[in-house]
Amino acid sequence: MSRSAGSSRVALVLRHLLLVLAAAIVLFPFLWIGAAAFKTQISLLMGQILFQPVLMNFEAVLTARSSDYVRNFTNSLTVGLLSTALVLVVATLAAYSLNRMRWPRWVGHSMLGWAVVFHMVPPITLAGAWYSMFRPLGLDNSYLGLVLAHTTLNLPMALWMMSVFVNDVPEELLEAARIDGARTPRILWSVIVPLVAPGLAAAGVLAFIFSWNEFAVALTLTQRETATVPVAIGKYAQENTIAYTEMAAAAMLSILPAVVLLLVAQRFIVRGLTNGAVK
Amino acid sequence: MAAADTRAVARAPAAGPMRTAALPGERGWRAATLAPALVVFLGLTLLPMLNLLVLSFHDVAWAERTASWSFVGLANFRALPGDGLFRAGILNTLIFAVVAVGLQMVLGFGLALLTSAVVRGKLVYRTIFLLPILIPGIVIGAIWKLMYSFDFGVINTITGLLGFAPQDWLGQGHLALASVIVVDVWHWTPFCFLLLLAGLESLPQDVYEAAAIDGANGWQRLVHITLPLMIPTLVVTFVFRMILAFKVFDEIYLLTGGGPGTATEVISFSIYRRFFTEDRAGYGSAMSIVTFFGIALLIILITAFLRRRETGR
Repeated sequence: MSRSAGSSRVALVLRHLLLVLAAAIVLFPFLWIGAAAFKTQISLLMGQILFQPVLMNFEAVLTARSSDYVRNFTNSLTVGLLSTALVLVVATLAAYSLNRMRWPRWVGHSMLGWAVVFHMVPPITLAGAWYSMFRPLGLDNSYLGLVLAHTTLNLPMALWMMSVFVNDVPEELLEAARIDGARTPRILWSVIVPLVAPGLAAAGVLAFIFSWNEFAVALTLTQRETATVPVAIGKYAQENTIAYTEMAAAAMLSILPAVVLLLVAQRFIVRGLTNGAVK
Repeated sequence: MAAADTRAVARAPAAGPMRTAALPGERGWRAATLAPALVVFLGLTLLPMLNLLVLSFHDVAWAERTASWSFVGLANFRALPGDGLFRAGILNTLIFAVVAVGLQMVLGFGLALLTSAVVRGKLVYRTIFLLPILIPGIVIGAIWKLMYSFDFGVINTITGLLGFAPQDWLGQGHLALASVIVVDVWHWTPFCFLLLLAGLESLPQDVYEAAAIDGANGWQRLVHITLPLMIPTLVVTFVFRMILAFKVFDEIYLLTGGGPGTATEVISFSIYRRFFTEDRAGYGSAMSIVTFFGIALLIILITAFLRRRETGR
């Protein structure tokens, strides 16, 4: 119709063009590395754009006797799931205790204040201390050591997120439960947990992803048997002759959990990541 | 997320000053529910910190699972200022954080403004932009290491098509740091985008309607309405990102290993090298302690400064 309608259509097309360009820049490295994972080393080195896709890289990563990748994958899953479960339990209990059980104010302030300070500093500053604490106990090459470390790293995020959700539970509901004679365990299980379930999902998805991605601490606390996926990928790059296409295949496999979670749990990821930045 | 941050402290304890006594019969449960978190914090952060502090006054040699310690006083701390690796680490971390986060904020805000203005496809764009945030840093390092490769990397293919000579992107001083920053911008711009988009979508709409009636154009609306209203979100996003930028380790480990020379040496990497690669636990601990308090102090100062600007005094 009028000129303004026309120009706003131009603006809209322009916006989409810029967004598509940005999306292409985000996706391009994945497509390129995805293609490399299906190439032979020679085809990659020759920079072929059209090529005959091969599965040998995935076979080498998954089935070769010299490759620990399947082991790394299950290690990552084990550590990720255990540390996520642990951090959710610890954080939810503490969030309830600090926010709903009438502690003197300084208790909550000092706990959350310390969590904030602890979360600011690079994990590597503590990795050395964990290593020298765990080593005499024989925990330096165990699931338990890494699970505890990841739980600790994720606790500030989980504690803070669960505090927000626990605070949203109406006091009247807790009051009513108490009048009905419910004690703390019952209130936690039957009132709090169902109501903070979205918070548990958001904190849980993030805790798992952070654990899955964590490299510096895993590098220092694991050896061959307990190495996680990021540690394994780090190793590829350290070899004298880097098997580039195998590294590409390993990298592609390692992002599968993130892609799955992005598709099925995006709501919780967005909620978790934006929680607190926007109120 | 990452830095669960200062406003949690202000908000979280719901109990007022009057209500500091536990309900009858709940005292035990009150302690029991807090205990696990307390154990984790005391046992796995405070105790290790104290351990680091003690270590930093010693030289430590490992034999099997036992360590032999020798007291060296403040020698480890005295050696820090003269340590070229440490100094390079601090300088590069600061350059890296300021440049990378600055670019991410500008690009992320631009993308958020574009996305908030479209209706169709918004979810698709958001899904795509989210992907890099969820990928292990080490994998992002691996992907870009291949793309930067001098011999077969796609970056040289593209610049070659544009008529430029191939470069060793990760092998030359300043270029290496710039290349690493580019990877970080690719990795974390989506994070700024996500937070800023959420901020934009929570802005009150009536202000815009009023402005439209008054005949304000798009640019005026951006400068006089959107920007002022977005300042709190911009501040929080900036602080979150700075915290993460100071922690950078994974990408650098894989892309350059701190090199060439100390061109991309960042502070986390210096600590890792001294503590683990060179097995100098005492000296590495001193470095960790100084870094820990240095970064905590720096971020508290940045936050305080931005908050004061925000409240306009």
